Amino acid sequence: MTTTETTTTAVDIPTTKRADWQSDQEVRWCPGCGDYSILSAMQFALPEMGIRREDTVVVGGIGCAARFPYYMNTYGIHGIHGRAPAIATGVALANPDLSVFVVGGDGDLLSIGGNHLLHALRRNINMTILLVNNRIYGLTKGQYSPTSEQGKVTKSSPRGSEDSPLLPLSIALGADATFVARTHDMDRQHMMEVFKRAHAHPGAAFVEVLQNCNVFNNHAYESITAKANREGMIIPLRQGEPIRFGPDDSLGVVLDPRHGAVVVNTADVSEDELLVHNEARDHPSVAFALSRLSPNMDEPTPMGVFRAVDRPVYGRNPVETEPPGRQLISDLLHSGTTWEVD
Amino acid sequence: MSTAKSSSVKPSEEIENVVIRLAGDSGDGMQLTGNQFTAVSALAGNDLATLPDFPAEIRAPAGTMAGVSAFQVHISSEDISHPGDKADVLVAMNPAALRSELSKVHSDATLIINTDEFGERELEKAGYDSNPLDDDSLEGYYVIDVPMTSLTVTAVKELGAKRRDAERSKNFFALGLLCWMYSRNPDDVKDWIDERFASDDLIRRSNVTAFDVGHAFGETTEQISITHVVESADHPPGTYRNVNGNTALAWGMIAATQLSGLQSFLGSYPITPASDILHELSKHPAAAFRTFQAEDEIAAVTSAIGASFAGDLAWTTTSGPGMALKGEAMGLAVSLELPLVIVNIQRGGPSTGLPTKTEQSDLFQAMYGRHGESPMPVIAARRPADCFECAIEAAQVALRYRTPVILLSDGYLGNSSEPWRIPDVDDLPDLSVEFATESNHENPDGSMDFWPYLRDEATLARPWAIPGTPGLEHRIGGIEKQDGTGDISYDAVNHQLMTDLRAEKIARIADDLPPPEYTGDLDAEVLLVGWGSTWGTIASAVERLRKEGILVAHLHLRYINPLPKEVGEILRSHRSVIVPELNMGQLSRMLRAEFLVDAQPLNKVAGLPFTVGEIEAAVRKAVHGDDGGSK
Ligand SMILES: Cc1ncc(C[n+]2csc(CCOP(=O)(O)OP(=O)(O)O)c2C)c(N)n1
Ligand code: SF4
Ligand SMILES: [Mg+2]
Repeated sequence: MTTTETTTTAVDIPTTKRADWQSDQEVRWCPGCGDYSILSAMQFALPEMGIRREDTVVVGGIGCAARFPYYMNTYGIHGIHGRAPAIATGVALANPDLSVFVVGGDGDLLSIGGNHLLHALRRNINMTILLVNNRIYGLTKGQYSPTSEQGKVTKSSPRGSEDSPLLPLSIALGADATFVARTHDMDRQHMMEVFKRAHAHPGAAFVEVLQNCNVFNNHAYESITAKANREGMIIPLRQGEPIRFGPDDSLGVVLDPRHGAVVVNTADVSEDELLVHNEARDHPSVAFALSRLSPNMDEPTPMGVFRAVDRPVYGRNPVETEPPGRQLISDLLHSGTTWEVD
Repeated sequence: MSTAKSSSVKPSEEIENVVIRLAGDSGDGMQLTGNQFTAVSALAGNDLATLPDFPAEIRAPAGTMAGVSAFQVHISSEDISHPGDKADVLVAMNPAALRSELSKVHSDATLIINTDEFGERELEKAGYDSNPLDDDSLEGYYVIDVPMTSLTVTAVKELGAKRRDAERSKNFFALGLLCWMYSRNPDDVKDWIDERFASDDLIRRSNVTAFDVGHAFGETTEQISITHVVESADHPPGTYRNVNGNTALAWGMIAATQLSGLQSFLGSYPITPASDILHELSKHPAAAFRTFQAEDEIAAVTSAIGASFAGDLAWTTTSGPGMALKGEAMGLAVSLELPLVIVNIQRGGPSTGLPTKTEQSDLFQAMYGRHGESPMPVIAARRPADCFECAIEAAQVALRYRTPVILLSDGYLGNSSEPWRIPDVDDLPDLSVEFATESNHENPDGSMDFWPYLRDEATLARPWAIPGTPGLEHRIGGIEKQDGTGDISYDAVNHQLMTDLRAEKIARIADDLPPPEYTGDLDAEVLLVGWGSTWGTIASAVERLRKEGILVAHLHLRYINPLPKEVGEILRSHRSVIVPELNMGQLSRMLRAEFLVDAQPLNKVAGLPFTVGEIEAAVRKAVHGDDGGSK
């Protein structure tokens, strides 16, 4: 695990409970929406992050998931559609001591805001980005999104959508994001662990959270995340361990020069052929190969931290914080050629 | 090789002012030469105004009309505020320059022509059927033939420069000749060359040599029998410098930062003619100014909004197309009621339009170019040095009223320069702000809350509580907010109230505004109303007309939203109201709509400022019912 922010090591951080992070606003998601469990996982995890409420800023774009800031008892901005990473960039650069979170949907962060996401990641700006992926436009009532599967029938694609979906993790790795992880709304413990790791990462941390929109795209991940299916369908990524899953660890992942990462029966390969998970690999290609597993979210799907590497955090070069005042203005105005008129 | 002497044996004559235009290929260094002639003229104490006029292409094909880059400077021993209608002197480095610029000089102007470039091929590229130097097409002009290229090459090659490199110094020959003709101090130029080209000794020496040869040419040629002296202008005492609008604006931004005691944040995406502000601000790390080159204009403005939320003095700089992209975010800034200054260096539009040319056609965009009812203060700079003060004023309004503010400048102001008496920094206003530190609302049970939309009674500004402040955690967003608490509210009555409050907040700024600049004959029938960079030209026209005994008044609007309270009464007190604008009639329509007066538009969208003559003609017409026979 990478070194944590200095704020988390301060001794005088008051102890908080989940309730301290809940705002007084009524939560207005549909009953049964996966966003509820993501919110509570975050509010359960925050007391363990060692930060103060007043030093925390949550920024959302527009969408169901992007309403997050209203429900958090922290500083928050509910911005405009797609622009949350850019707004958060300004917050993070203005005050590097803050813990900045961005929460947005698949439309918010990959469609209208795809550009800002790429740039926040490649710059490695200090923020934690949760991309809440329900593979649909929830707030606008059910059009296909950039992560919807090809052929998806929605209100705006009655004959099935023609678009190929984007894989959020591949996009993040393509932008050379320094922290890339996936979790899902059915496992609070897993979400909490991933959120804490993401927050502790210096620089931009990207987390895809699989979320069920029970109104417009119900059961989108059921084949993977339902309790009964998890054993055979979730590939847990554990640092330093060969990647194995399934009943009695009967399945594993190997690297294949032609097909990238592939799932195999462990009985068919020798132990040292299994891919040993190493999130700290400098080169993103292995993490990328893992991100291509289960492109349609109906095959075994890796869950956990794909990549965590150190790179300089953007904006840590010093800008004078104490304005030197009027003398500076005078020096500036008198710089270069001047002349006197008496 | 001869060396320039600072005194001439030829007689010299004093003149009040002269307009010089330099024109050549984009690669000929005309902007550099023009700026340097300007700088030494400023050092000589002249008043001056410049008009850089260059193409959008970095290097259009050499020798073509499309590649001509020109620079006009008006120098005077009087106070002047416009770059001159037509030039008295044209330096033409090639046939294309001559052909494209001839319409911009007086019919008896002096033409200094680089004859070396008038070969058949060059003439053909410029579209000449015959050589204008040989036929009678230049009759009436005073033509000075100068083999600039060959004289430069002969002298510079002796230093060991290759022919091609030697040729490139020919603009310094032109500068040397001009400096001789107008009795400028050659040492001022040479000191500058030494500094500017310090890193390459051969280039440095080549340029000095070319300059000297040009200077000596003036002394010896029989084509010029007299030098001219433009006496220094009668400027008030003080320390002066030359400054262009974009630099002045950047420095105003730095000054506002220091005066506010805050850190500043600039979110910007490069665009002509605004990029120089980003460049200038990026140079000064000690100025508590963070510049952020964003991925696009939307990120530029939204990152600035984020920085403002976190307590920075936030800015974003751009031009028209970028303004269009910022539109939605400006609505957010209006809704969040956070301080933010949005700078638009206007250029010709629509779309890519004329990127390097000036226009005032974004006024409606500034006023109304957002969704919803989203009023914002709009301030416009009137001359290059004024951009400094406008930046400070825009920050002052933004901070005091917690609102985004639009500051309009334009390509002409941004790039043109003038001498500026450096202000005493102790005279600059204090912009310090107080962040909220405590809860501001007492509940019935005696407990305290922080309400982010509880307003100051006088200004209607809301408190600015920044992250890091314990107990004031709050969430704000673009969804309509309940008055006071700032909680989400879809209530109809509340929406009307909030809309009214946002409008009232901006309207009340007028309470604090000084009266607008209203000069000339206040009892005249004719009133000229202007805003922005047309100020200098309108003021010059008014001065000339009044000298002739024609009565005319001049109202200049620095604040376009809100308008100063006196405007309606002033408009109504003149029979004829003329509104010159470099657009198709935007302020004139606003004034008609607001005050029901017959404001007559005088419009031009030619990529260039008005000439003084154009304004004069409009006034004559209003006075006499015709153009009064003006030229
Ligand atoms: C500029 C702009 N365009 C369109 C919209 C309408 N809009 C709001 S949310 C949304 C998509 C929401 O989908 P997603 O980001 O996946 O979030 P979800 O609701 O699924 O959580 C759209 C298109 C808007 N608010 N602003
Ligand atoms: S529409 Fe879907 S994503 Fe939005 S709140 Fe309802 S269930 Fe959740
Ligand atoms: Mg969605």
